[in-house]
Amino acid sequence: MSVLINKDSRVLVSGMTGKEGTYHSQKMIDLGTKVVCGVTPGKGGIKHLGVPVYDSVQDALAEHEVDACGIFVPSRFAMNAASEAIEAGIEFVVVITEGICPHETLRFISRARDKECIVLGPNTPGLLTPRESIIGVLATDFVKKGNIGVISRSGTLTVEICYYLLKEGFGQSTIVGLGGDAVVGSTFKDVYMKFLDDEETEGIVIVGEIGGTMEEELAAYIKSSGRSKPTVAFIAGRNAPEGKRLGHAGAIIEGGMGSAESKIKSLEDAGVLIADVPWETGILMKEVSG
Amino acid sequence: MKLYEYEAKRIFKDNGIPVLESELVSSPEEGLDFFRKNGPIVLKSQVLSGGRGKAGGIKFAETEEEYREKTAGLLKLSIKGIPVKKILLERKLDIRNELYLGYAILRSKARILLMFSAEGGVDIEELSRNRPESVIKREIDINRGITPGEISSLLKQAGLEKDIINAVAGTAHKLYGIFTDYECEVAEINPLVVTGSGEILAADARIAIYDEAVHKHPGYIKEEDTYTELEKQARRINLGYVEMDGNIGVIGNGAGLNMATLDIITHFGGKPANFLEVSGRTYGKAKEAIQIVLSNPNVKVIFGNFFGCISRCDVIAQGLAKAYAEGIIRVPIVISMRGTGAEEGIKTLRAAGMNEIYEDDIEAGEKAVSLLKEV
Repeated sequence: MSVLINKDSRVLVSGMTGKEGTYHSQKMIDLGTKVVCGVTPGKGGIKHLGVPVYDSVQDALAEHEVDACGIFVPSRFAMNAASEAIEAGIEFVVVITEGICPHETLRFISRARDKECIVLGPNTPGLLTPRESIIGVLATDFVKKGNIGVISRSGTLTVEICYYLLKEGFGQSTIVGLGGDAVVGSTFKDVYMKFLDDEETEGIVIVGEIGGTMEEELAAYIKSSGRSKPTVAFIAGRNAPEGKRLGHAGAIIEGGMGSAESKIKSLEDAGVLIADVPWETGILMKEVSG
Repeated sequence: MKLYEYEAKRIFKDNGIPVLESELVSSPEEGLDFFRKNGPIVLKSQVLSGGRGKAGGIKFAETEEEYREKTAGLLKLSIKGIPVKKILLERKLDIRNELYLGYAILRSKARILLMFSAEGGVDIEELSRNRPESVIKREIDINRGITPGEISSLLKQAGLEKDIINAVAGTAHKLYGIFTDYECEVAEINPLVVTGSGEILAADARIAIYDEAVHKHPGYIKEEDTYTELEKQARRINLGYVEMDGNIGVIGNGAGLNMATLDIITHFGGKPANFLEVSGRTYGKAKEAIQIVLSNPNVKVIFGNFFGCISRCDVIAQGLAKAYAEGIIRVPIVISMRGTGAEEGIKTLRAAGMNEIYEDDIEAGEKAVSLLKEV
C-alpha cells in the first residue's frame, strides 16, 4: 500500500514537451510510472516519449482515464495549466513549478476546494512510492520500499533524510513533498491523515521548516484526535534570522510567527520525537518503532 | 517588493482612497512653499524598514526655521543602517481616532485575511497576540471576493460609530481591490485616521508586492535597501544568500539542506556566517558562490554540504576545484558530498588538492567546527 499514488496510477504530464517536462517525464517512465499522455498547447497530435500529446487536458481526457496530473510548465503558465486540470475533473494535481505568485495559487486552490481535487505544491519536488510510481523530480538513489511515510516541505533535504533512514534500515511507503511556497495545496495534517489510514505505513517522518503554521496544525490534530503512529520530526532552520527568506518563498519568520521553536514545542507536546539534526531521524525512528 | 509610503499613497490616491495632499522632498530648500501653505506640518522619512517613528524618523515643524533645521537633520539620519534620502511632507492632522485596516494572505487556509481594529496606530501583530478580541478578522476566498456591504456588517459588529461605517467600508473595499490587483503580500493602512470633522484619511500606507508579481509593475522595482551589500551582490547573480553573524561560511544545494546545515553547525557548537543556496538553476556557480561567502571578512572556515539531485555534485565540484586552483579559497574548507555525481565530484576535489572531504555531513560538520578552533 501507499498514499496518493501507486503502480496503477495513470498520470498525465502537463508541459510534457518542454525541456523540464521531457527530462523528468522520461525519468518517471524509466522508474515505472504509468505516464499515459501529455499536454502541451499547440503540440496536440504528436507522440512524445512514446505517449500521445494533446492540446488541452479536456482533449486528453476524451481519450484516456487519468488519476493524477503533474504540472511542469513555466511559472507564467502554471495557474492556467493547474486550473485546466482541476476544471477537467482530475482528482490529484501535483504542481512542480516554482515561482508562481501566491495570488495565482490561491485562485486554483480555491477551485480545487470546490471540485474536491487534491493539490500538492506548488514548488514541490513531487511524490514517490518506491518501485511503483513517481510524479516529480525526487532523487531515487537512496530510497527503498518500506514502511515509513515521509512528508516534507523540502526537496534535497527530503533525500538527505531518506539517506539517513536507509542507514538505519528504513524504507518508505510513500515520500510526499508539500512544496516550499508560502501557500500550498496540501498540508502536513492532510497527508498525515492519509498515512494513518495506510496499513503499510508503520511510522511517519515530518520534515518541516521555518515559516507558516502547518507543523503546529499537525500537532494540534494529533493532540485533539488522539490518532497517531510513531512519528519523528526534523524542523530545519532553528538558527534562522527573523525576517529573512531562506531559499524557499515560504521559509520566513515574520512578526514572531513561524519560528522553529514554536513548531518543535507544539510537536513535542503532541508526543512527536524531535531530531536535532538530520541523521537523528533514523535513529529516533528505530527507538520509537523498536 | 516593499513600496515606500509615498509610492503606496499614490496608488491609494489613484484608486480613490483618501490621502492628504503631500510633497516629496530631498533637500531643505524644497518644500518651503508647501510649508507656507500647509504648516504646521509632519516630516516623514521614506524608508522601507519598520519602526521609523521610534528611530526618530518622524518630526513636526511649526515654523519655517524649524522646517529647515529638521529636514536637514532627517537627511543626515540613518534608520537601521540605511540613510534617509527622501522625506514626505504632510499637513498635521486633527485626529478624532485611529483605526487599523489591512489585508494579508492566511497561508494555512489559502485565503485572504481582512483585519480591522478600532485601535489603530499600534503594531497589529502585537495587538493580535495581546488582545485578540480587539482585532476583527475575516477570511475571504479570492475567487469570490468581498462586497462593501459585507464589510459594513463586519464593522457594525466591531462596534464602529455609525457615521463612519460606510466611509470605512468603502475604503476597505478599495484596499481589497489594490491588494488583489497588485498581487500584494500585504496592503495596510495604519492608522486610518478619523479627523475631528469626521473625515477619514489614510495617514500611513504599507504595501508589499509579491516578488513573483513585481515584473508586472516594473515602476516599483528597486534594489531593496533592507538587503546588505553582499546580499544584493548575490541576488544579481541569482544566488540566495543571507548574511548571518557567525564565522563558518556555508554553501550547499537546496534550501532545506542549507537550513539544516546551519542547524548542524550549531549542533556542534559553531556559528554559521551565512545561508547560501546553489539550486537547480545556479549549481554551475559554485565558484561565484564561494567568492560571495568569502567576501564576509568574519568567515574563518567554509562548510560545503551537497546532496546531488538535479544539481549534480560533479558539476558543483568543478566550480569548487576552480576556485581552489585560483587561490580564491584562502580559509580551510570542509566538503561533504553524496547523491548524484558525488563519486566523480569527490575525485575532482581530491585531484584539485582539497583533502577535508566526506560523504555524509556528520563527520564533516564536526570537522568544520573543530577546524575553527585551530585557526
